[in-house]
Amino acid sequence: MSRSLLELNNVEARYGPVKALHGVTLTVGEGELIAVLGANGAGKTTTLRAVSGTVKRDGEVIFNGKKLPRRPEATARAGIAHVPEGRGTFTELSVWDNLRLGAYVRRSNVKDDAARVFKYFPPLEERRQQQAGTLSGGEQQMLALGRAMMARPKLLLLDEPSLGLAPIVVAEIFRVLDAMKAEEGISVLVVEQNATLALAHAARAYVLEVGRVVVKGSSDELRANESVRRSYLGY
Amino acid sequence: MPLLEVDNVSKRFGGIVALDGVSFDAEVGEIVGLIGPNGAGKTTAFNVITRLYTPDEGDVRFEGESLLRTAPSGVIRRGISRTFQNVELFRGMSVIDNVRVGAHARRGEQSTEDLLFYVNLHSLRYRPASELPYGTQKRVELARALASGPRLLLLDEPAGGLSHEEVNQLGTFIRRMRGDFDLTVLLVEHHMGLVMSVADRVHVLDFGKKIAGGTPAEVRSNKEVIEAYLGVPG
Repeated sequence: MSRSLLELNNVEARYGPVKALHGVTLTVGEGELIAVLGANGAGKTTTLRAVSGTVKRDGEVIFNGKKLPRRPEATARAGIAHVPEGRGTFTELSVWDNLRLGAYVRRSNVKDDAARVFKYFPPLEERRQQQAGTLSGGEQQMLALGRAMMARPKLLLLDEPSLGLAPIVVAEIFRVLDAMKAEEGISVLVVEQNATLALAHAARAYVLEVGRVVVKGSSDELRANESVRRSYLGY
Repeated sequence: MPLLEVDNVSKRFGGIVALDGVSFDAEVGEIVGLIGPNGAGKTTAFNVITRLYTPDEGDVRFEGESLLRTAPSGVIRRGISRTFQNVELFRGMSVIDNVRVGAHARRGEQSTEDLLFYVNLHSLRYRPASELPYGTQKRVELARALASGPRLLLLDEPAGGLSHEEVNQLGTFIRRMRGDFDLTVLLVEHHMGLVMSVADRVHVLDFGKKIAGGTPAEVRSNKEVIEAYLGVPG
């Protein structure tokens, strides 16, 4: 494994009285794509929120060798972009304004960065003046990813990019992720229910159950794991 | 006579043709899948059936009678209820209150408490809906839809947020529910494993047109469907 970019040490998180994470430990190396698998309610989304500081958390989060404060704006400035479940695009704004907002923490070279985003997602350029809410599901996911890339992140947190997308589009999204990883050197922590696809693109993966890591290993190791096959891969 | 007939329906938004002369039907007791690429018109079809949209052409008949003279608020009393692609719960309200809204809409015969046991949400009934995981919120929507005692249930991507094993359980659950509540089900879903295992028939939309329809096996091997949607045979 390469030098670690993100480390979670025994991270706990809760929503009011309900504890969602019971001590999660995981690492993401530089340039790695790491998948998080698990059933509905296992704590996958909460793990991403714990990193970006959008849920109350205990335990240690180290990013790029430094302790990460639990403030979403500090997380964004440190180089972490969070693409939430359901994409979270500003549906009333145009594609272009959504992209500009992604660059808000920097405000320079917006045009160059947009050109990079359009290279990965050509449909966004054709639709730059269109209201985001009128895009198809696949295009909205592209916009959410594009907006995240505008912040020039070192780490991308992706919550179920395949949600609501046609199979052919999901495959395309993962192809682009691979390209961005190779060309931009970013790292990716992705929560994904399409485990077959996620493992095909990830170096390693963690399986969560009830707020704990129960299985971890390389994608090959997970594919060979009987219980992972039965619950998440279905063969 | 089919329970639901979508008859040559077209719906345009400005210059965009969302539905272009689409026809399909659902017989009593059938589970009918509606699949197709993003932007193909699946959710628009749901919105036409539930009267959120009025079609520019064509007719929608339920139990042989046109739905187009029914107000959107009257659709649920005709016996049609639905879930939504991106979850449209009353976010600040508890699970049980969300389900009560469904029951209130049409004096469902099922008690709300029984229904919550049936969908395995009883232990979460006082939790605010917005706090629950995505897949669980989808189940609350399902319970709310069931609470109105529908004859036709429209499910918009019920497998969202579920793992492979949970999707299998959902498939079994949809079939059991059809029997227990005498339902006809129209299912929009991208999880092909689910659609192909539970649907009796599948209709395929692409760019607002119906490009195929038939049994899951027929649709799965249709060349046009593979090219437009599936990508690889599967």
